[in-house]
Amino acid sequence: MFEVGVKIAVSLTQISIVMGVVLLTVMFLTLAERKVIGWMQDRMGPMEVGPYGILQPIADGLKLFFKEDIIPSGANKYLFTLAPIIALVAALVGFAVIPFGPNMRVDVFGVQVQPFVISDINIGILYILAFTSIGAYGIILGGWASNSKYSLLGGLRAAAQLISYELNVGLAIVGVLLLAGSLSLVKITEDQCCWIWNWFWLAVPRGGGVPIPQILAFVVFVISAVAETNRLPFDLPEAESELVAGFFTEYSGMRFAFFFLAEYANMILVSCIAAALFLGGWNAPAPFLQFHGSLEHLAWLSGIMWFAVKVYFFLFLFFWIRATLPRLRYDQLMRFGWKVMLPIALGNIVVTAIAAYFFPR
Amino acid sequence: MVPVFFSYFSLVSILAGVLTVALPNPVHCGLALLTLLLHVAGLFLLLNAEFLFVIQIIVYAGAIVVLYLFVLMLLNLKTDERVLHHRYAVILVAAAAICGGLLLMALRSPFQGAKGHAPVEAVLQDGGSYAIGITIFNEYLLQFEIVGVFLLGAIIGAIVLAKTPTAVDVEPE
Amino acid sequence: MTLPLGDLVAIIPELIVATVACLVLVLDPITPPSRTHWLAWLSVASLVACFGITVSRMDATVTAFSDLMILDPYAGYWKLLLYVVTALTILLSLAYLRVERIHLGEYYGLILLSLAGMMIMVSAADLLVIYLGTELMSLSLYVLAGFKRFEVRSLEASAKYFVLGSFSSGILLYGISLLFGVAGSTRLSAIAAAVGTHGLDDPALLFAMILLVVGFGFKIAVVPFHMWTPDVYEGSPTSVTAFMAVASKAASFAAFLRVFLEGLGGLREKWYALFLVICVATLILGNVVAIVQTNIKRMLAYSSIAHAGYALIGVVVAGQAAADNETRALGLSSVMLYLAMYAFMTFGAFAVVALLRKGGLEGEEIEDFTGLAKRQPLAALLMLVFMVSLAGIPPTAGFIGKLYVFMAAVNAGLTWLAVVAVLLTAVSAYYYLRVVMVMYMREPDPSAGLVSRLTTSPALTLVLASAFAGVILLGLFPDPLVSITTSAVLPFK
Repeated sequence: MFEVGVKIAVSLTQISIVMGVVLLTVMFLTLAERKVIGWMQDRMGPMEVGPYGILQPIADGLKLFFKEDIIPSGANKYLFTLAPIIALVAALVGFAVIPFGPNMRVDVFGVQVQPFVISDINIGILYILAFTSIGAYGIILGGWASNSKYSLLGGLRAAAQLISYELNVGLAIVGVLLLAGSLSLVKITEDQCCWIWNWFWLAVPRGGGVPIPQILAFVVFVISAVAETNRLPFDLPEAESELVAGFFTEYSGMRFAFFFLAEYANMILVSCIAAALFLGGWNAPAPFLQFHGSLEHLAWLSGIMWFAVKVYFFLFLFFWIRATLPRLRYDQLMRFGWKVMLPIALGNIVVTAIAAYFFPR
Repeated sequence: MVPVFFSYFSLVSILAGVLTVALPNPVHCGLALLTLLLHVAGLFLLLNAEFLFVIQIIVYAGAIVVLYLFVLMLLNLKTDERVLHHRYAVILVAAAAICGGLLLMALRSPFQGAKGHAPVEAVLQDGGSYAIGITIFNEYLLQFEIVGVFLLGAIIGAIVLAKTPTAVDVEPE
Repeated sequence: MTLPLGDLVAIIPELIVATVACLVLVLDPITPPSRTHWLAWLSVASLVACFGITVSRMDATVTAFSDLMILDPYAGYWKLLLYVVTALTILLSLAYLRVERIHLGEYYGLILLSLAGMMIMVSAADLLVIYLGTELMSLSLYVLAGFKRFEVRSLEASAKYFVLGSFSSGILLYGISLLFGVAGSTRLSAIAAAVGTHGLDDPALLFAMILLVVGFGFKIAVVPFHMWTPDVYEGSPTSVTAFMAVASKAASFAAFLRVFLEGLGGLREKWYALFLVICVATLILGNVVAIVQTNIKRMLAYSSIAHAGYALIGVVVAGQAAADNETRALGLSSVMLYLAMYAFMTFGAFAVVALLRKGGLEGEEIEDFTGLAKRQPLAALLMLVFMVSLAGIPPTAGFIGKLYVFMAAVNAGLTWLAVVAVLLTAVSAYYYLRVVMVMYMREPDPSAGLVSRLTTSPALTLVLASAFAGVILLGLFPDPLVSITTSAVLPFK
């Protein structure tokens, strides 16, 4: 009984820390996005609230919190309320299996716990895929329950787009799974120790041998991840010039904020997955780039740091793409997903499977 | 703990199954179906079949029901056309009675059912995904391949039926 | 993991058919439309090869994939029948598709995929494999039924077939899962063992058995699971209807008999009565409702329901608990014989219907056959032979088939059933001979504007000649086929 109690206490602590960090990051991201895009477009971005506008997210949050909460007439009240909750919960639940730092065990009152992953389940990556697909319901239900044409069209577009690109995400990671021989994100990351070329994007085996690079899968994954999070240039479900704001046209106040949080949480989540699967997760690019020698006991700190660096690299990439590329047309989006991304992902699986059979790691 | 979860998952599954066919609004039916599938996935989890649990969610909840809802929302069916007609009530009662009787009969079967060869220990030893992979590609290899051919036929068939007839087809003699 | 090479060798015919099906589907886009018939000839060539292989292996009994598949003479017999019917279908389609302006090479690929499913069904010794084979067969047929995509009737047939077919597949699957729950395995041998240990009164077993009867009942179209048949047969392209009515029925009967005689053989005193009722109901309904049909395809659909009833007489005999093994073997071999005869005459009848369809003329109503003897004596003669054979009049195959089935019934002490069947055969003569009467006794009506052009091609001639030869030769010299069926029956334990 005591053991269970400790486990629950530890888990709750981990969950609150992760949630806190994620939500703080989201707050920071909303500002960062505006700032980064501002600089890229040679302007300042928000400057009014606080020095250099750093208090802008708090002001935004307060505004949303106090805004009038509108439920359109003819909307389905329950589903209208449920949709943003589904979207946000599905986005946050995925963080449970992300390994933020090295796989180590710490003794807490006689109970072994893994401090840097909330739950190391052996189907980790599939678990994330499952709950991302549940997240799609938040969007299509929100679109349908609003009783508005723009919302409905946005929701339908989202449904088609999410299914198309989720397939590519799923297929892109298969190559990595074949190399790692596991579905657990912890094991996959551990497999990519120690040098930068041991990471799965180049996938040189640790003891030397034939590399089976997953760089194509990596590219497919990142592009599809952008599409799955409904970010530019794939933001058809919420294209403001065509659909006002897509599936959340009718939302306001905290419900709107939930969708907003879900979108950014999803961005962070896919960045974490990309970092863990293809860029070695918490592994440093070279053994001497982490704390060693007299600082050996702080190696975990450098692990978390490297993980954060990789995640922020991807987040920056999101902004960069948004500032650079124009939006696709809907038929282009579908054609790109099914006729370009899908064949590449499938071809990568075939090649990787054959290579992994002849050159077992 | 397990009996509590089992009762929850199975009761909600049954309730959601009934609602799937009984609700007046087709989109609500779709959502009831989603609830049903998610709770059945929960039952898999109780059996230590976590791989099946996830696959059930990804395939059914993530792809199939989304497409159902997609079509239902596009069609935007009028609610009243889909409600159970009252004149079917008699037939419904009779059907329910027969099915109930048969089920009761089946439940009273003196035989408890076979145990299968995947006890919990065996699954826990290597993990569910490993166990399933080995089983599919050994014991069920032939079935797996037949399913492959079947799906190929399904894709081709869907394309054939969906292709718009070409001008040559409709041209009268 | 090593490839089970010996197992693959055992299922070479299935592999050939599935591979050629995929090949046809791949070659179709790169074949010029005027050369689509090459794909048909490729398919026929593969069937000839399979025929040779199956004939050479007829005597041996081999199991493959750890008893999932069983290649015994019984399966071999059905496969030979299926090859012949499929080859005839493809040859018939060559001309028919041109008339109907269906220029899709996928047609041949789907026919072959369907055949692959049927072949899996007839030689599977595992319920799951049988189910997958059934699905492969049905799925291809659903699509083929809707091949005239610009015609509403065809699409309706496809949709109706799909909905009812998947419904019945679902019921079949419920039965299979219950049996799996009882036996812990889907192997027929394991199920037979479970039936042995649990006795006859286990409600779960009985429930599963009923579900299987319903599921298979849909596939072989017996009363009361026949409702889809007339609509689907009427709406589908005629070549597909012929294929459905003959091949899919034969394959479903084969799988159905194997499941009930091998897997549930121990329960036969339970299912015997059930089949007796279904059999009589099917005979009566099929024959009586056929009388009022005015559309020849619908009439043939009800006739095919009635013929399933005649074949069921043999099944009833094979399942009789009191009879000795010899009598039961006779019942089984009479079913096999009957379905072979049925294949030739029904296929021939549909081929003539397909032949008469031309452009704007719907050669589908029985009235359209008015005075055919004057306009097209040869076609009328062929139709006459097929109708006479369907009615069971000597010296045609239909007579021999019925004779053996009735003999089996009398042998097993079911004289009353034989008498009922004979009486209903007399009823059936009415509607079959009505077609003959319309063709021969009435003058062609020039005002009806019936065009007397025929769709002819060498392939079609070959089809009609084979069906004609089959009906006449099997009627006059049935002995070789009888000896084959007698040696190919399932072993009774």
